[in-house]
Formats: sequence, C-alpha cells, structure tokens
Amino acid sequence: MTIQPTLRKLLTIVCEAELENSLLREFAHHGVTGYTITEARGHGAHGTRDAAWPASANIRIEVLCEERVALEIVESLQEKFYQNFGMVSFLSDVQVLRPEKF
Amino acid sequence: MPFEPVILFFLLGLCAGLIRSDLKIPGVLYESLSIFLLLAIGLKGGVELARYPLMELALPGLIVVLVATLIPLTAFPLLHRVGRLPRADAASIAAHYGSVSVVTFAVASSFLAARGVSAEGYMVVFLVLLEFPALMIGVAIARRGSASAKWGPLLHEVFSGKSIVLLLGGLIIGWVAGADGIKPLDRLFFDLFKGMLALFLLEMGLVAAGRLADLRRAGPFLLAFATVMPLCAGLLGVVTANFLDLSVGGAVLLATLYASASYIAAPAAMRIAVPEANPAISIGAALGITFPFNLLVGIPAYHWLAIRLQGVI
Repeated sequence: MTIQPTLRKLLTIVCEAELENSLLREFAHHGVTGYTITEARGHGAHGTRDAAWPASANIRIEVLCEERVALEIVESLQEKFYQNFGMVSFLSDVQVLRPEKF
Repeated sequence: MPFEPVILFFLLGLCAGLIRSDLKIPGVLYESLSIFLLLAIGLKGGVELARYPLMELALPGLIVVLVATLIPLTAFPLLHRVGRLPRADAASIAAHYGSVSVVTFAVASSFLAARGVSAEGYMVVFLVLLEFPALMIGVAIARRGSASAKWGPLLHEVFSGKSIVLLLGGLIIGWVAGADGIKPLDRLFFDLFKGMLALFLLEMGLVAAGRLADLRRAGPFLLAFATVMPLCAGLLGVVTANFLDLSVGGAVLLATLYASASYIAAPAAMRIAVPEANPAISIGAALGITFPFNLLVGIPAYHWLAIRLQGVI
C-alpha cells in the first residue's frame, strides 16, 4: 500500500504574545480543530521583541487547514489586528497524511 | 544608607542594560519571580488582615478607591489637552498611573521595615482594590462616544490576570491560615522575600534600560508628567491617609500606591482593550521614568511628607 499525501495550507502567524487568547477565539470561530503555539523572539517593525518580560514576548502559531479556512482567517486577522499589533502571517503549501484531521 | 540595597540591584540591571551587557534574565525566571512576589505579598497581607475585623475596612476601602479615581480623571485631561497626546494614548497612560505597581509597594514596605516604621497590615487590601478601577476608567475614557468598548475581554483580562488571582489568592490563604498556620511557609515566602525582590529588580533594571530609547520620542512633556504626577498623587495619598487616621507607615504606603504606575496588569489590559494606544509610550513612562523615580526619590519624599503632615490635616 502506498501512502497518498494530500495538499493542505500551513498558516503561520508570528505576533505579540498578548494576542493568544484573541486568536484562539478567532480559530474557534472559523472551525479550526488544532494548532501549535511556540514562544518566539525576533526583530521587526515593532523593534526587538526579546521576550525578557510579557510585554515584549512573541508567539508563533501554526495551523494546518484547508485553503478556504486559511484565507478566511488571514482576512479576519488583517481586518482586526494588523493596524494596531505586531503581526506577520503567511501561508505555505504542505502535504499531510490523514487529511480528515485538517 | 540613603536607599534600600535592593534598589542597587535595580541600578545594576539598568547599568547592565545601558552598556549592552550580555546579561539576560530568562523570561521564565521573570514569570517565576513575579508569581513568588505576588503570592508572598498577598500572604503577608492576609496574615495581618486576620487581626482586623473585615467590616471595619469597608468604609476606608471605599474612600481610598474613590479618591484614587481622581488620579486617572486628572491625568487624562492633562495628557490629552496640555500634552496633546491622542485620546487613546492619553487614556491608556491615565489608566497606567491610576493603577498600582506591586513592586514599588514592596520596596516601600522594605524601606519602612529597614527604618523600623510599622504600617497597618491591611494596606495590601488597598493594593488589590486599587489595581483595577483605573483600568476601567481608562477604557471608558478611550471609548467615549464609540460603542465598541471591549468590556468582556477587558474584565476577563483584569480579573483572571495573574496579579489579581495571586494577590487575592495569597490574601485569602494568609487570612485563613493565620500567623501560626503560615509558619511552615515562613522560610520560603517571608525570609527569602528580599533576595527574590533583589533579583526581580535586577531584571526590571534591564527591562527599564530597554524602554529608555522609546522615551526619546515621547518628548519633554511626558518626562515632566512621569515625575510630577507621582509627587502630586503621593501628596494626595498622604492627605487621604491622614483623613483616615493611618499611621506614618500607612501614609507612606498609601502615597506609594497612589504615586506608582502599573507596568504588569495595566499594559496587558490596555493592549487588549485599547489596542490603538501605543504601548511604548505608556510603558516607557511608567517603567522607564516613574518606577525608578519612585524608588530613588518618591518613597523617601512620601516618608518626609507623611512625617511633616501627620496630625496637620
């Protein structure tokens, strides 16, 4: 038996750690079933985010989902958060096994 | 000794940050230390509180909170009209200054202890009470005229935030356990307190050094505000304490509570409830100027004022 990978979107969001709860609500609203969050540090338009204390901490969130859901989430993020928060999001094509999970 | 040795740790952190030392306190340690300090302060207050009938504190508590609302209500028009800051920024800074800094309170307590000045044990209750009303006022001002106030997330952020949970939780545990019950925990929470405070201040010095760059953009008005506002609020605290017949120690602590600006609870709450306010300005003022100002100048000044004004008003 050969394994058949299926195409899905990987949505990656790097943003201020304080947005975590707001984003999780956003995901629930769009029917996302799973996500992975890691703590992150970096530098960008909002200066150096060194995670020395909560106000300068970033998180990186990864979501595997269908393209339609990913685009809906990105559109909603752009509308709600881009103007006032440090946030970068990008989409990439990935191949997954067990497509029914995502 | 002109000031507390713990303050020297803050200065060490500040210097290390300014000379761009590779000294870095991990974020996890910051979290652990703040959890320890909040719990320890709550426990200490709870043990003291067990000695007072709770109902007697209701009226003084109400007065302390009502008078404290004057701070954000005065700060906002000053910042918005005189300082010409946008409404959201002025409201957010007013909320930071109306709320309280737990660590400044801890340093003031240790300042008093080093001088053998006693204070009413229930001051921690005022600390808890003063943490959130100013945040509500700040959001209400920022949202005036628009219907989109995000009260739900704000209330959740404030009341489920670790400051309130740990302070109030510690207070209740200390109150239930009483002085004898808490004895097995004395070594950890009370004997080690100053050492932990010193480490936390070292970290805050490093963080404060990082915020100083933001202030160059803020301009002279904000610099003046961040030093004059605490002095005026401190005076208000001493006067209120005298009205309530508090001791000199109690007056110093109330003055410190009124004078201090929050940099733990307020930034998190404002970021969610007033996202268009620039956090660099409010945190820069609260942590970069007012916090060191209170440590070095404010607390001794409130002590001096409390002695001079005792019994006068």
